[in-house]
Amino acid sequence: MTTASIESQGNALTYATIEADAGLRAAAAVSRPDIIDTVSASGLKGRGGAGFPTGMKWNFCAAEKAEQKYIICNADEGEPGTFKDRVILTRFADLVLEGMTIGGRAIGATLGIVYLRAEYRYLRPHLVEVIKRRREQGLLGRNVMGVEGFDFDVITALGAGAYVCGEETALIESLEGFRGEPRNRPPFPVVAGLLNNPTVVNNVETLAAVACIFAKGAEWFRGFGTDKSTGYKLFSVSGDCERPGVYEFPWGISVADLLEEVGGQGAKAVQIGGASGICVPAKDFARRLAFEDIPTGGSVMVIGPQRDILDVAENFLEFFVEESCGQCTPCRLGNAKMLECVQLLKKGACAPEYLADIKALGDTMQVASKCGLGQTSSSALLSILEHFGDEITGRAPSA
Amino acid sequence: MTASQQEQLRAEIVGLVDKIGPGRSSLIPILEDIKRRYRAVDDEAMQVVADMLDIHPVEVYSVASFYAFLHGAPQGVNVIRLCRTLSCDFAGKEAVADALRDELGIDFGESTDDGLFTLEWASCIGMCDQGPALLLNDEVHTRVSPDDVRALVATRRSAGKEG
Repeated sequence: MTTASIESQGNALTYATIEADAGLRAAAAVSRPDIIDTVSASGLKGRGGAGFPTGMKWNFCAAEKAEQKYIICNADEGEPGTFKDRVILTRFADLVLEGMTIGGRAIGATLGIVYLRAEYRYLRPHLVEVIKRRREQGLLGRNVMGVEGFDFDVITALGAGAYVCGEETALIESLEGFRGEPRNRPPFPVVAGLLNNPTVVNNVETLAAVACIFAKGAEWFRGFGTDKSTGYKLFSVSGDCERPGVYEFPWGISVADLLEEVGGQGAKAVQIGGASGICVPAKDFARRLAFEDIPTGGSVMVIGPQRDILDVAENFLEFFVEESCGQCTPCRLGNAKMLECVQLLKKGACAPEYLADIKALGDTMQVASKCGLGQTSSSALLSILEHFGDEITGRAPSA
Repeated sequence: MTASQQEQLRAEIVGLVDKIGPGRSSLIPILEDIKRRYRAVDDEAMQVVADMLDIHPVEVYSVASFYAFLHGAPQGVNVIRLCRTLSCDFAGKEAVADALRDELGIDFGESTDDGLFTLEWASCIGMCDQGPALLLNDEVHTRVSPDDVRALVATRRSAGKEG
């Protein structure tokens, strides 16, 4: 573990107020269906970005009959501008493991796997240490918390440097020893996941939220946020602001209010959701961060007035050209064409007809790519083209 | 590679497979270990791994070439991965990149002839609030300035091959 990881700034996190293992104690005392009912009642949705209802995911997996099931903690935090999972794993690893243990009981899995990205290898000794301690405390292993038949253990696995492995089926391929190429869905992992067994894949923050929900109750959790986006969310804030860091806000906060909290007033735009997210211009700062308005895994990159918006688009597209797994043509070639277009725009050499073609290509990529990477990689450029037309077109031609 | 080196490599990989397990799921951990130990996954190593896991060497190559941390090319003792994603870019990664190029005499994607350094770009390494950030092997360095880079390289250079 590094001091840099602990140094992250931000505001106070609810996690720090949660009594250790109170959630696990509560979940160990009730039946499996009741655990899932509580998660469903809380309205918790996946914190990785896709926002799938956690209770529903667990219920699908619990309904499958199988000798072996798995719960995987997705700690392959690779979305540009996202670092909240690093902070959670550094400061609140117990909550994550608690959430995994509760999930294991709910779906009938006896093994959990934390899939940690290779870039976070320095966090692994800490996680292994916490897992070991929890075994000694009787919080992992056979008969967890003394409950007969509640067997659950956790191991860690490392990624090897591939953004696409944050996609759950690519992550599973990687765990099985293959190239991280996303699978066709269905079947979904809850039916046929790791080694063809029913598997739940949850984000780090989702699992930590589960532990909080069981410690404080579903009603308490619903007290934060909006009807459709319950609870609070961790945001990774970086870029042109005075106080970058990890911030907790209830869902529904407006972009403007968030910017005020982090000292980012005066921004010309904010990229929300990372490279695969959208670029929100200043005129839309009244919009809200919530599944019903701007859904996000929590990446907030503040873009100051001095920045060239095309540099932003270029940076993201270079990222996608590098990280596309290459399996589907729209993504493999589409991202390269989009990057080329941005470079033409920068040189003032992109014809309006060509720009229209590129927009159409971006739309095609969204519908014709297999996984989330290709479906979202054109979003940033498309939103920039929509909102910053005056800034990007009609530049004086240059060499 | 001499015959005795080959034998040694084979013996080490056999030991690794014993430790990690002979299943397909072991492939990435095995390759990772080889890469860390030998700073490359060469054809010979891929062949041995394939034999041990009872898969075709092309399968091993296909996996090794997919992942940024496994790809086959030999790397220096010190692998420096500078984050190039937006927030680190805003924070001044280009000046740090120039200092690295200047100090090492190589460009990104290259290694120094003495085998001490490899310079690579990294996609976001999750240190966006403390950029510019880089990974030196497994170690994360944040708020790096061009001066820091010069000092870092000097330290690693004097540590030499033993790292």
